[in-house]
Amino acid sequence: MANRIKIKKGLQIPLLGKPEETFRGEITSEYVQVCPEDFQGITPKLKVKVGDTVKAGQALFFSKMYPDMMFASPASGTVTAIDRGEKRRILNVTVKADRENVYEDYGKKEIATLSAEEIKKALLNAGIWFVIKQRPYDVVANPGKEPRDIFVTGFDTAPLAPSYDFILKGQEADLQTGLNALAKLTKGKVYLSISPNTKNEGLRNAKNVTITEFEGPHPAGNTGVQINHLAPVNRGETVWTLNALDVLFIGRLFNKGVVDLTRTVALTGSEIKQTGYYKILIGTQLTKLFAGNVSGKGNLRHISGNVLTGTKITGDGVLRANHSQVTVIPEGDDVHEAFGWASVSPKRYSAGATYLQLKKAYRLDARLMGGPRAIIVSNEYDKVFPMDIFPEQLIKSILAFNIDKMEQLGIYEVAPEDFALCEFVDTSKLELQRIVRTGLDMLRKEME
Amino acid sequence: MSLRKFLDKIKPNFEEGGKFHWLYSTYDAFETFLYVPATTSKSGVHIHDARDSKRTMVIVIIALIPALLMGMYNVGYQHYLAINTQAGFWGTFLYGFLAILPQIVVSYVVGLGIEFAMAQVKKEEVAEGFLVSGLLIPMIMPVDTPLWMIAVATAFSVIFAKEVFGGTGYNIFNVALIARAFLFFAYPSKMSGDQVWVRTADTFGLGGGNVVDSFSGATPLGQLAVSDAARFGDFTFQGITGNPLSLWDMFVGLIPGSVGEVSTLAILLGAVLLIITGVGSWKTMISVFLGGLFTILLLNLFALNASMEMPPQYHFLLGGFAFGAVFMATDPVTSARTEKGKWIFGFLIGVVAILIRIFNPGYPEGMMLAILFMNAFAPLIDFYVVDANIKRRLKRAALPNNH
Repeated sequence: MANRIKIKKGLQIPLLGKPEETFRGEITSEYVQVCPEDFQGITPKLKVKVGDTVKAGQALFFSKMYPDMMFASPASGTVTAIDRGEKRRILNVTVKADRENVYEDYGKKEIATLSAEEIKKALLNAGIWFVIKQRPYDVVANPGKEPRDIFVTGFDTAPLAPSYDFILKGQEADLQTGLNALAKLTKGKVYLSISPNTKNEGLRNAKNVTITEFEGPHPAGNTGVQINHLAPVNRGETVWTLNALDVLFIGRLFNKGVVDLTRTVALTGSEIKQTGYYKILIGTQLTKLFAGNVSGKGNLRHISGNVLTGTKITGDGVLRANHSQVTVIPEGDDVHEAFGWASVSPKRYSAGATYLQLKKAYRLDARLMGGPRAIIVSNEYDKVFPMDIFPEQLIKSILAFNIDKMEQLGIYEVAPEDFALCEFVDTSKLELQRIVRTGLDMLRKEME
Repeated sequence: MSLRKFLDKIKPNFEEGGKFHWLYSTYDAFETFLYVPATTSKSGVHIHDARDSKRTMVIVIIALIPALLMGMYNVGYQHYLAINTQAGFWGTFLYGFLAILPQIVVSYVVGLGIEFAMAQVKKEEVAEGFLVSGLLIPMIMPVDTPLWMIAVATAFSVIFAKEVFGGTGYNIFNVALIARAFLFFAYPSKMSGDQVWVRTADTFGLGGGNVVDSFSGATPLGQLAVSDAARFGDFTFQGITGNPLSLWDMFVGLIPGSVGEVSTLAILLGAVLLIITGVGSWKTMISVFLGGLFTILLLNLFALNASMEMPPQYHFLLGGFAFGAVFMATDPVTSARTEKGKWIFGFLIGVVAILIRIFNPGYPEGMMLAILFMNAFAPLIDFYVVDANIKRRLKRAALPNNH
């Protein structure tokens, strides 16, 4: 029986548009686009130019800081465009996909026969190293630094999150191979956290890992919370974090010898007529996914990922690298609600009790529902922040960029996503995730 | 939606390049008061909780209303008692309403005027904090405070207790209490003694008459402070015409005192709303009473005079104790911000308030000074609470390997 840890603080935001557990087919697009901004902390250097042909799994670009770290093309085809933004920063690399995906052959390998170094090389070279992130800083892991432990989360508690049980069904072998590979990469432990409700055998009976059950509302599924309860990160230590769906890419590389960046993606949100699961390659344009399946009322917000941490995309945007969920909600910029501060409308949702609390699912739009203010209300962040850290004080130390205080208050243990719920409930409507991201980036620059 | 259309039509005048751009904050304040801003999230979370700063402040204002209404009624009640006239329920209330309304208007006009101007200068949105402070200020003053004094005190506290620190959210001391403290020290004769608590003159021609001979306007705490009774048992609280006051009178609020503080019943109603909605911290409220109770019981044990002997129920019902605990100590900006800190912060307010009441011969009431005093110490309390967390983290890091 696995250890069970109960998370009491947190919040399950009751949204409309839960994904129905039905598989609805595959979505493809003519062009596949990879956005380097998905890979946190990486400065990309191009490996291809417009007109080059690539196979699926061949590198499009590599990391300036770690030149061995490749970033794979999800599809085979011809590079047709490289868009750049300010200061010639690469915004995206577009590949016109072949009708049939042709994979670069990396050769099937048996984990047991490989050394840690060989596994690391294989992942870097195949261009899927990006699935491994590290704390501190919540960036793509530094391959040169051995992790104290590796933390894999086996479930997602975010609003409308996909069911890992459903997605992993039939892929248990790849999951186990991936976990075996990870176990070789650390002298410490590989911790796998699962939901108490999980029935998937691949998760529940996973080998080579320490399994812990986390019970409770969001953010129980966040690795940051799990690390804080299992073995917190101290100054000078590095741990790696992954989610179980990303471990599949590692498993496929060794089991099949190819880089198969296909995700099973949950289509969710109040504006989706028929929710469900689709097989989608990373970087695929989602036009066909949305076509005819979204409500026609008002402006829409399309999100790759969930409503708390996802990336805003357009209706013809692409599936971003780290997401197994796509959400569509109303934008709300065309709504003018009179006297909102006096409203008793049952359409308004609040985690606190300044509104009536109803047992129902809500259709929330993207409005801030107020204006930015200084931090006024106390104990608001703490209620949804189940870590042994003072969130408000940490945010203030970041705003002041007081490095000593940031270290003392636990900056090394957190990622922006850990502050997502704080940002949701914040009466002062501050951009907490952006503040934490900026703080981590500045700190990293200072320390490395 | 014609109002919406009107706003959309005039909005360009206030935006960058418009004629009235220098009034943008003012326009924004009115627009966001009328309509929820349609601004959508640009980074981070895509959805937001419906609670904002306006909602929070409105809840506090609603919580204050029972105490305000009871206070108004009591102003009329004390007045007609003093001139020995019957005015009926509505007449009594109307008198109090007319006496208090100008004070509220003055406090809001002066305070909001400064807030709007400051927001304009700083090119920020107008913060809502003063909506609460502006109502609190007349509620914690004696009813006969002249309007010009309310104006001066409000201006002083908004500028020197709030804006110089950076505005709502950055102030160290409770703004309303600073306004009161300012008058208390600058014009002591108008803020204490036994002449200021009952309005004896007429209001807009209403309720004229001569004060009865037996009239004395001292508050119950004021009576106790000057009493030479050796034991509390020998002492009786008296109303303004010499009638004895029961605990029930004190609970309902038919006693002389500052406008909002008299009715413990109405304050309790407000407290219930603050606690249910989570806007006010129940930890702070309870700990103020615990701190008070602890000190009172201790002093009762070693009682040397009547005031040291006074049992807890009188302390809690009289003066500003309950009002301070519910509406002043819980101000999140000036209170301790950590949960453990709130227990300590509240407890010490209770202790200090009772100590001032009993041991300081000059001030019969200690709540205002106790809260302001603890406001100054709130950051220190938080420092030690947070420091314990920091120490735990450092200790953990010092262990060779923790698994």
